[in-house]
Amino acid sequence: MSLILLAEQVLNGLQLGVMLFVMAAGLTLVFGVMGLINLAHGSLFMVGAFAAAAVAAATGSFAFALVAALAAAAAAGALIEVAVIRRLYARDHLDQVLATFALILIFSEGTRWVFGSFPLFLNIPDYLSGPVSLPGGIQYPLYRLFLIAVGVLIACGLFALIAKTRLGIQIRAGENDREMIAALGVDITRLYTIVFALGAGLAGLAGALVGAIQSVQVGMGEPVLILAFVVIVIGGIGSIKGALVGAILVGLTDTLGGVLLPQLFRLFMENSTASAAGSALSSMLIYILMAVVLIWRPTGLFGART
Amino acid sequence: MNREHILNTAVTLTLVLFPLLALWLDEPFLITLATKAVIFALAGVGLNIALGIGGLVSLGHAAFFGLGGYAMGILASHAQSYTPILSAPFVLEGTKSMLVIWLVAVAASGLAALAIGALSLRTTGVYFIMITLAFGQMFYYFAISWPAYGGEDGLPIYVRNSFPGLNTLDPLQFYAICAAWLFAVLWIAARLACAPFGLALGAARQSPARVETVGLSPYRLRLMAFVISGMITGLAGALFADLNRFVSPTMFSWQLSGEIIVFILIGGTARLFGPVVGAIVFVTLEHVLGGLSDYWHIYLGALLLMIVLFARGGLIGLLAGREKTHD
Repeated sequence: MSLILLAEQVLNGLQLGVMLFVMAAGLTLVFGVMGLINLAHGSLFMVGAFAAAAVAAATGSFAFALVAALAAAAAAGALIEVAVIRRLYARDHLDQVLATFALILIFSEGTRWVFGSFPLFLNIPDYLSGPVSLPGGIQYPLYRLFLIAVGVLIACGLFALIAKTRLGIQIRAGENDREMIAALGVDITRLYTIVFALGAGLAGLAGALVGAIQSVQVGMGEPVLILAFVVIVIGGIGSIKGALVGAILVGLTDTLGGVLLPQLFRLFMENSTASAAGSALSSMLIYILMAVVLIWRPTGLFGART
Repeated sequence: MNREHILNTAVTLTLVLFPLLALWLDEPFLITLATKAVIFALAGVGLNIALGIGGLVSLGHAAFFGLGGYAMGILASHAQSYTPILSAPFVLEGTKSMLVIWLVAVAASGLAALAIGALSLRTTGVYFIMITLAFGQMFYYFAISWPAYGGEDGLPIYVRNSFPGLNTLDPLQFYAICAAWLFAVLWIAARLACAPFGLALGAARQSPARVETVGLSPYRLRLMAFVISGMITGLAGALFADLNRFVSPTMFSWQLSGEIIVFILIGGTARLFGPVVGAIVFVTLEHVLGGLSDYWHIYLGALLLMIVLFARGGLIGLLAGREKTHD
């Protein structure tokens, strides 16, 4: 296996990692601030992708599509926060799981009802398609580089938001002691809606960005949601830094494992058995990673020690 | 006898009389539908031991349901193709006997529950939910990418497995087997809830620190409950595979884990008959609403939301009033 192929796979892993981070950041924020487990986060990812596909089909502009994805998912997030999620903060996790599971059913079937069962396609615009040459003779799709760049930008933006802005201070204060900041005069209800809508908007943006390299269809959110859970468990719930490290780890493990394991097995097995065993094992690799992290640190790499 | 007992008796009578009514009406399809409800109820009763008494919200119980299903699928597929499962170091043949299949299904899902539980129970709360979900998903992806037993397409079994003295292909007789299991497991669950183990497990949910102070280990109590719960759900999976004569990775899907929790919620958490009522309502809704509209999940979702937000005791809570013991 050549070094060039390996470098490409590392880039693919990074691309998956940063997109998982954008997804996981919202989940971990919502859990950190409101103590809520939101299964419907994957539905917001799907809402973003569908909004982007619909707007791109109507206007032909990819930039508009991304804005629409962000806006639609943030609006959907704010709507369900006000209508449903708000009533769940004081409830136990079982009620939260069930209510957000119900939301998934409503979102998925509602989307199927509006857009039909056939997948939609979101095309990569001309100015972002085609390969680019990287140093070392690597030909790599421009769009995937664009995804990595957007992911890194969002990560920097989020860290700046949390560390430097007034909203970020309120979010951090809300994670530590929500009664205290309410007593200090911060409108906690509004803060919760903003944080939820922010997380939802990020999920929607991730959905639109990823939607361009796969098909846009009902149910596309849940596999990503579960990967995002793995990311958060590895990184530690409530920690943005943990989400970033966890996401990159999961992205690299999943991508490299899928390529390297069958090759490794080929060294001492015949070809077809090796690819079968390799692909079966590599599909389990990130969960094994999660188990190892759990044995080592039950609250994740950057989780609060309790 | 309080109202919950009357309700439980009514549900039991319905389970006994409904298939006879269906037979009298000459509607064998209704018996199959009832069998499905009974099997789902069995899976729910299994999960309810961990969730209702122990407070362990496992979102990965489809792993055990699927393992039970694949235990049946693998054993029966080798038996129908007359190939041994293992030829070296010793010969291991497949089988079409339900008794052996149940034993293997329960053992396999029990072992898996031991491994998953030992890891997941190191954490609590929302971590536990996410981790069980992730491990469940691990089995799903493994089943999809492992080509030996059908991979993504699943594995059909042509003839239902055999039980001594019964014709399992007759809907009523197969229903009787499943219902007998449900009643047996309900009896076990009822005994378990009043036994020292069940009481300690309930106490570990309400106040782990106190349980530890009197010298019991909450971790071991929960692990035990998780294993028992996984074994029962695995058995339900084996029966479900036999009902459909087909196993596929969808038996491992996380939606199924969610649905098993939904059965418990519709009926009422920690109620003995909660999953039974929930599974009956779910299968009925699926049949009735599914016939009216292709998008029946929207109505199911709305109904669930209403129950979570406004009717916290589930249907049994609505009909029979508050639980006598509460935390």
